[in-house]
Amino acid sequence: MQTIDLSETGLRAMNKMLHEQSGTTNQTAWEIVNPKGAHAIACGLDAPIEVTVKGSTGYYCAGMNQQATVNIHGSAGPGTGENIMSGKIVIEGDASQYLGATGHGGMIVVKGNASSRCGISMKGVNIVVQGNIGHMSAFMGQSGNLVVCGDAGDALGDSCYEARFFVRGTVKSLGADCEKKEMREEHLTLLQGLLDEAGIDADPSEFTRYGSARTLYNFDVDNAGAY
Amino acid sequence: MCGIVGLFLKDRSLEPKLGEMLTAMLITMTDRGPDSAGIAIYGGETVGRTKMTVQSDSPQTAFSGLEVVLSKAAGDPVSIDVKSTHAILDIPAGSTAKIREALDNLGIRVMSRGDSLEIYKEVGLPKDVAARFDLVDMSGTHGIGHTRMATESAVTTMGAHPFNTGDDQCLVHNGSLSNHNSLRRKLRREGIHIETENDTEVGAAYLTWQMQNGATLGEALTSSLDDLDGFFTFVVGTKDGFGVVRDPIACKPAVMAETDQYVAFGSEYRALVDLPGIETARVWEPEPATVYFWSHNNTPSATGKAA
Repeated sequence: MQTIDLSETGLRAMNKMLHEQSGTTNQTAWEIVNPKGAHAIACGLDAPIEVTVKGSTGYYCAGMNQQATVNIHGSAGPGTGENIMSGKIVIEGDASQYLGATGHGGMIVVKGNASSRCGISMKGVNIVVQGNIGHMSAFMGQSGNLVVCGDAGDALGDSCYEARFFVRGTVKSLGADCEKKEMREEHLTLLQGLLDEAGIDADPSEFTRYGSARTLYNFDVDNAGAY
Repeated sequence: MCGIVGLFLKDRSLEPKLGEMLTAMLITMTDRGPDSAGIAIYGGETVGRTKMTVQSDSPQTAFSGLEVVLSKAAGDPVSIDVKSTHAILDIPAGSTAKIREALDNLGIRVMSRGDSLEIYKEVGLPKDVAARFDLVDMSGTHGIGHTRMATESAVTTMGAHPFNTGDDQCLVHNGSLSNHNSLRRKLRREGIHIETENDTEVGAAYLTWQMQNGATLGEALTSSLDDLDGFFTFVVGTKDGFGVVRDPIACKPAVMAETDQYVAFGSEYRALVDLPGIETARVWEPEPATVYFWSHNNTPSATGKAA
């Protein structure tokens, strides 16, 4: 285990050290202490390493992640896991706004709550939140899955494409063109797999599926007022 | 961007350290805005007396002998404590209007008025502004601070936050208001004094106007959600405490922490990391379109009361 004290090493030197790890590195376990809410911690990683941040992080932690697993033992600031491509991010506390925005792949797990715009414009990432999520989540979500074990805020899935949303609790309101959908066998299987991967014990049958009604895909003059 | 910090002390033993704690929090937020910085601090009141913070770009000439002129205007002794470009006037209660008139004639700007509130703000980085006014040495019950990245108006002292609204009330803002020009015209027609082209001053004037018409601070903040167009996270200071409100979209960040000793606000968690007991504090983000308030007074007055 390599331990980096961020207050001594500094952000650039620390991220450089992590960037230097390749697919063949034998230094696969890293621990970052004294994060103190700093921005861009463990951003742009591209190696099969596991980084554990001992404390809360600021903006854009683990952004653009590929292959790596990043554990945050605290709460995460805005834009955590932005544009994640692959790998896994596990947040023990809460996540701030626009978690996993534009994420293309991989998985993000939040043990607490996620704030507004969670999974905005998601493009393939899987996000599993044990608590609640805020308003405008998965706005324009294109693909991937957003699983919420608690409640969702206003305007869930507004103008979404083919992203799927599974919510166990209540949804304060659905966004434009987002609708409740039937939970078929394939969805139960998919959801069970996501919950297992996230390490969260919940019964898939208690969830409701939401997704695109596909009425905004093509221009319809009757919708002109909605633009 | 812009950075906001706020600290409301529950533990009286921390009061001598309020300035030091708040200054450290504000300096951490420097890279959210390098243009100007300001701090509002509530240092406790004196019976029968009230305070004004005034500012001049040429303090040596402006403040020299000022207490004599003002004592004459008030008809009672006025004392003055000069701190760099600012001066705190200790004036008899009820003489605020007379003193303001005398100051207007002398071309001296009023930064704040109230029994407990003092506002210090200038162009420059938080660390420089804090050093200029010895903010670390100040004690008090609660305070708020702001570091500005200017978007809607010029980088000037008067465009710096916090803005004084009513007596002992002030406002800091992260965001930008888009309907400030029309609202400024409307408020000026209603007789509200607005000095600059700054959007936040309009927000502050709006709250003043609402409260002059009988709204509580909580009601004024709630109606601001309907009447102000744009992005905002506001922190509002009053004699007894502070309030927080975010617009319904809530793009502008806000983090709060509470322990048995204090309630703290920061634009980012970074601002809070050196507070005592932060590791075990309750840390959360204030909900959008929700008014939060903390008060030292268990039975706040109509203007001090939130919701």
